[in-house]
Amino acid sequence: MAIKLHGQPWSNNTVRAMAVLNEKGLDYELCPVDLRAGGHKKPEFLALNAFGQIPVFQDGDGSVFESRAITRYVATRYKETGTDLLSASSAALETWLQVEGSQFNPPMFRIIFELGIKPLIGMSTNMSVVENESDKIGTVLDVYEAHLAKNKYLAGDEFTLADLNHMPEIYILSKSAKFDLIDSRPHLKAWWEDISARPAWEKTAVSLPF
Amino acid sequence: MASVTVYGTPLSPAVSRVLACLFEKDVDFKLAPVDMAKGQHKSPDFLKLQPFGQVPAFQDELTTVFESRAICKYICNNYPEKGNQTLMGGRDGDLLAQTSVDQWLEAEGQSFNPPSSALVFQLAFAPMFGFKQDPAAIEQNEAKLANVLDVYDRRLGESKFLAGDDFTLADLAHLPNGHILVSKNEDLFMSRKNVGRWWEEISARPAWKKVVEMQNAPQG
Repeated sequence: MAIKLHGQPWSNNTVRAMAVLNEKGLDYELCPVDLRAGGHKKPEFLALNAFGQIPVFQDGDGSVFESRAITRYVATRYKETGTDLLSASSAALETWLQVEGSQFNPPMFRIIFELGIKPLIGMSTNMSVVENESDKIGTVLDVYEAHLAKNKYLAGDEFTLADLNHMPEIYILSKSAKFDLIDSRPHLKAWWEDISARPAWEKTAVSLPF
Repeated sequence: MASVTVYGTPLSPAVSRVLACLFEKDVDFKLAPVDMAKGQHKSPDFLKLQPFGQVPAFQDELTTVFESRAICKYICNNYPEKGNQTLMGGRDGDLLAQTSVDQWLEAEGQSFNPPSSALVFQLAFAPMFGFKQDPAAIEQNEAKLANVLDVYDRRLGESKFLAGDDFTLADLAHLPNGHILVSKNEDLFMSRKNVGRWWEEISARPAWKKVVEMQNAPQG
């Protein structure tokens, strides 16, 4: 069975899964889920993800939900194909994978959801959320800046899943008026320029509506 | 003797998550207190271990790790021959079993943790530290958590534990906030038949009981 990814290209979580598939050079079918029509609440979809959320990944062996579990699965299952995304010490890789999910993503998602996603799905932006979260995320980004001053990539010398998992949200931010959050921090800026120049990322980006 | 040090207090949910894993894995450790009241977590020495200035931090003879769920995975990967052998899902090389653990650990981190942590703050830490409770926040987060627990209840009607037949990190990750919430409002968990059954089982594990003993001991 071919790889199927159920989701939407305007969803940062779906893009995370698209990014890993493209890094691995894997073909897949993007199956759109019509959230406005309640597609995510239909029994067939809930059977794949009882939380009723996109994305869901399916291949011949099974199905996976939660974008970070999907990217982990693809990186592991297809380790020998394309770039090895797990090439780092387990301590550094596990730490920075978790930092993305716990520290970086919550405030960053709130910013890019307001600025980047809401306009695409017919909702209006709440600027006070944007300003509040932009203030709060500064301290987190300062830690990243100091870390990337001493490390080429988050988990060490090589590009890994830890870097990849950050890409959808930073990309969406780069299309918004708040990109100075990254741009004003020289090492963050250099790291983003490097990783977003990867051919696999460019292939992902051209298919997105941002 | 113990080459593992965990920095933090057992009263911190994130620290207690790591302690539960260490007890499950029978890995000896030393607990090094971090005096948050005196701002020790923001001291230059501590920031070298954990640059976000949060507990826990973990150190063994090889390296330093932070983020409690990352520490748990590191312990499982780096002490594979010790204690509980199925915390990361199944036996060697069973990728789908490991992926199921990852998936439910992500569900815990992304869906269960935010509303449960907000409730833990409101119901336990706010009164403890003299902050005013916010009834609207309590109501909103209880509603969010109720939706998550409804999904869990359906899952646990089909599966003994979240990721499958074995107790794994995915279940363990819920113990710290679960323990506090059940002590404040038992109904949230226990009114749901399968969640209640699961909660009783996972909270009765000897490793978790040791953590609770540490939490109840005089903190010094």
